[in-house]
Amino acid sequence: MWDYLKLVVFGLVAVFAAYAASQARDVAYLVHAILVMLIGGGMFVYSLRRIGEPKAEKTGYLDAPIRIGVALTAFWGAVGFLVGTFIAFQLAFPSLNFGWAEGYLNFGRVRPLHTSAVIFAFGGTALITSSFYVVQRTSGARLWNDGLAWFVFWGYQIVIVLAATGYLLGSTQSKEYAEPEWYTDLWMTIVWVGYLLLFLGTLMKRKEPHIYVANWFYLSFIVTIAMLHVANNLSIPVSIFGSKSVQVFSGVQDAMVQWWYGHNAVGFLLTAGFLGMMYYFVPKQAERPVFSYKLSIIHFWALIFLYIWAGPHHLHYTALPDWASTLGMVFSVVLWMPSWGGMINGLMTLSGAWDKLRTDPIIRMMVISIGFYGMSTFEGPMMSIRAVNSLSHYTDWTIGHVHSGALGWNGMITFGMLYFLTPKLWGRARLYSNTLVSWHFWLATIGIVLYAASMWVTGIMEGLMWREVDAQGFLVNSFADTVAAKFPMYVVRGMGGVLFLSGALIMCYNLWMTVKRSPAAEAGTDAQAAPAE
Amino acid sequence: MSKKPVEKKEPDTTGHEWDGIQEFNNPLPRWWVWVFYATIVWGIGYVIWYPAWPLINGATPGLGGYSTRAEVAEDIQKFKDMNAELDAQLASVDLTALEPGSDLSNYAIQSGRATFANFCSQCHGSGADGSIGYPSLIDNDWLWGGDIENIALTIRHGIRSEDDDDTRWSEMPAFGDDFLEEEEIANVVAYVMSLSDMSAANGDAAAGAEVYADNCSSCHADNGTGDREQGAPNLADALWLFGDSEEQITAIVSEGPFGVMPAWSVKLSDSQINAVAAYVHGLGGGE
Repeated sequence: MWDYLKLVVFGLVAVFAAYAASQARDVAYLVHAILVMLIGGGMFVYSLRRIGEPKAEKTGYLDAPIRIGVALTAFWGAVGFLVGTFIAFQLAFPSLNFGWAEGYLNFGRVRPLHTSAVIFAFGGTALITSSFYVVQRTSGARLWNDGLAWFVFWGYQIVIVLAATGYLLGSTQSKEYAEPEWYTDLWMTIVWVGYLLLFLGTLMKRKEPHIYVANWFYLSFIVTIAMLHVANNLSIPVSIFGSKSVQVFSGVQDAMVQWWYGHNAVGFLLTAGFLGMMYYFVPKQAERPVFSYKLSIIHFWALIFLYIWAGPHHLHYTALPDWASTLGMVFSVVLWMPSWGGMINGLMTLSGAWDKLRTDPIIRMMVISIGFYGMSTFEGPMMSIRAVNSLSHYTDWTIGHVHSGALGWNGMITFGMLYFLTPKLWGRARLYSNTLVSWHFWLATIGIVLYAASMWVTGIMEGLMWREVDAQGFLVNSFADTVAAKFPMYVVRGMGGVLFLSGALIMCYNLWMTVKRSPAAEAGTDAQAAPAE
Repeated sequence: MSKKPVEKKEPDTTGHEWDGIQEFNNPLPRWWVWVFYATIVWGIGYVIWYPAWPLINGATPGLGGYSTRAEVAEDIQKFKDMNAELDAQLASVDLTALEPGSDLSNYAIQSGRATFANFCSQCHGSGADGSIGYPSLIDNDWLWGGDIENIALTIRHGIRSEDDDDTRWSEMPAFGDDFLEEEEIANVVAYVMSLSDMSAANGDAAAGAEVYADNCSSCHADNGTGDREQGAPNLADALWLFGDSEEQITAIVSEGPFGVMPAWSVKLSDSQINAVAAYVHGLGGGE
C-alpha cells in the first residue's frame, strides 16, 4: 500500500514539475523544474522496479546514510573551499571576473555559492551526518525510521543543489545566508520538520536513561533553525511558475529579522550544532570523561537563552533604534562566558590525556578547533561593543572573524569528526596515514593564520582610513584609496585559502585510501555496529 | 571503550555512561562563574545608562541620555561651526580672485579634495587621471574649458545632464547611421590619426581629409584643434578620450560618443562646487 502511495506521489511530482517547466517564467525556475522532474521521474522508476521486493531486515544501527554523509561532507568542503579561494583571488585580481562568464561566475554570483557551500553544504551535511551517528550511539537505538532518515538525508542534498544552481542562475531573495527562493525554502521546511521528527523519535526510543549533552545541542540546533528559517523566509511568490518572491517584512524590520536569522544561523548551526559534535567526538577520541556535567548544563541553557537576542549587533549605527542596538550588544557581551563554557569543557576533557597531543594528530586538530572556538567567541562579543563596532563594521575584520570561526572551529572539528568516523564506518583498523593528517593539520592551521591575520590588518586599516578626517573635518581618503591599499593583504588571504584547500584535498585522499587500503578492523570492535542492549 | 587505568585520584563521575562516554562531576570553574556574574552586572548597569528597553511608544532613554544620531550630529556640527565663516565666503567667492595660499584657498582645496574623493573619483579616478570615456583632469586638454569658472560651471550644471536645463550640451552624430560609407569612415579615421602623427592600417588619410572637411571640421575645426564652445575635443593633440586604437576611434566615429556627467548642483552645495573647482583647477591643468 505504502509502496503504491509513494509511486503516485513521485509520479505526480514528475508530472507537475514537467508542467511547471513548460510554464517557467525564468531560467532558474526552468532549470529547477526540470531537475525536480528528473528526480521525481527517477524515483518513480526506482520505486517501480523495487515494488514487491522483500524488505531487508533492520538490525543494528542505520549507518548507510552516514557513510554517504561522510563522503559528501568531504566533497562539499573541497568545493566550498575551492570556490572561496577563487573569489578571494577575484577580489585581489578583478580580471578573474571573466567577461565570458559574466552573469554566472562574477563575484556577486559566486560569493553566495561559497558561503552556502561551506555553511549549509559542508557544515549542514556534517551536522546531519554526525547527528545521525551520535544520536544512535548515545541512545543505543537505531534511527527512528529508515525511510524518514533517507528522506531527510537526500532531501537536504536537494536543497543544496537547488540553492547552488539558483545562485549561478540569478535566483536569490537577496538575504545573506537565506538567498534561496520560496520553493527551495518550502522544501527545506518539509525536510527540516522530518529531521526534527526523526531526531525526537530516536531520542524517544533510546535505551539510555538520560539524554547525552551532545543531543541537547543537536536538538536545540534543529528546533531553532526551523524557527529562524520559517520567520526569515516569509515571502509571497510573484507567480507559482517563477522564482521571484516578495518579502513580507520591509525596511528596518526586514533587516532586523534578517540579522536575527543571520546571527542565530551562526549561533545555532555553527555553534550549538558543532558543540554537539564536539561533545561526542572529543571525549571519544581522547578516551576521557567529559570535564564537568554541571558546566555543560549551565553553559547550554545560558548559551541558547542569550544567543537568540544577540542579532541586533549586526545593525549598530544603522536605521535600527538605539535601544535594540544596546540590547543586542549587552546580550552579546554576556554571551562570552556561556560560549567559553564549551571551550573549557572541551579542553579540560583532555586533562590527563595531554600526552596524546604529541601522538594523535586528530586530537591536535580537535584541540586547535576548540582554541579557535574560544578565540572567535571572545572576538565576537568584543566586536559587538558599539565603540569597537564603529571601527570594525563593514570592514574585512568581520570577514576575518567569521573565517577564524568557520575555518578554525567548524572546519577543524569537522575534519576531526571525518577522521574519526571513516575507519569506524568502513570497518578499518586505522586511518591510511597519520602523517597526512599532520600535513593537513599544519597546512590548515597556517592557512587560517594567514587568513585571519591579513584580514585583521586590512580590516583595521580600512576602518581607520574610512573615518580619518583632517583638521577641518574633511574625509582624507576615498573609498577607492582603501581598496587599493588592501591589495597585498588580499593576496595573502588568497594564499591562506590555497593552503587550507590543499589540506582539505589531502584529507580527501587520506579518507579515500583509508576506505580502499587500510587493513580491516578485528571483529567485535566498534566497527561491527549494533545497538547496545 | 575500555577505561584507562588511572594513577592519580580522579573526581567522581555522574554515574551515567553513553557509548563509553562518562562525565565528571566537577564544579563550575570559579573564575568562569565570577566573570559570568561580572558581565551580567555590567550588562544591568549598561542598560540603565543607555537607551535599552522598548516601551509602548519609544524606549527607555537611559540615564546617560545617549543617542547615536545625536552623537554624529554633534560631531558634524562642531566642524560646521568651526568652518562656518570660511564656508559662507566660499559659497559666494569670485573664483578668479581666489588668492593662492590664503585661508580661503586652502580651505577650498581641502574641501574640494574630500568632495572629489567622495563624488568624483568613481569616474575620474582617485588621482583625477581619468580612464577611457572619462576625461583626465590633470592635463591641459579641456573639453569645455579649463579656467576655474568654466570648471565650476561644468560641475554645477553637468554635461548632457537631464536634470539641469543649463547643462552643457552637444551631440556628435553616429556617422555609421547612413551618414558615411564604411570606406569613408576608414579614411577619415586614417586622416584624424595622421593629425597626431599616427598611421592607420586601413583607410587612406588623403581621401579622409576631404571627408573631414565636409563632415567634421564645423565642430572640430579645420585643423582638428576642436572647439570648446561645443565641447568638441582637440583631435590633433594625441590625447584620446575613448582610446587611441584604430578600432576604438572607428567605433566612436560610427556610433557617436555620448558622455554624461551629472549636474552636481542637485547634490552639492555652492561652496562644495566652488571647492571642487578650486581643487581640480589646482591639479596642474588649470588655466
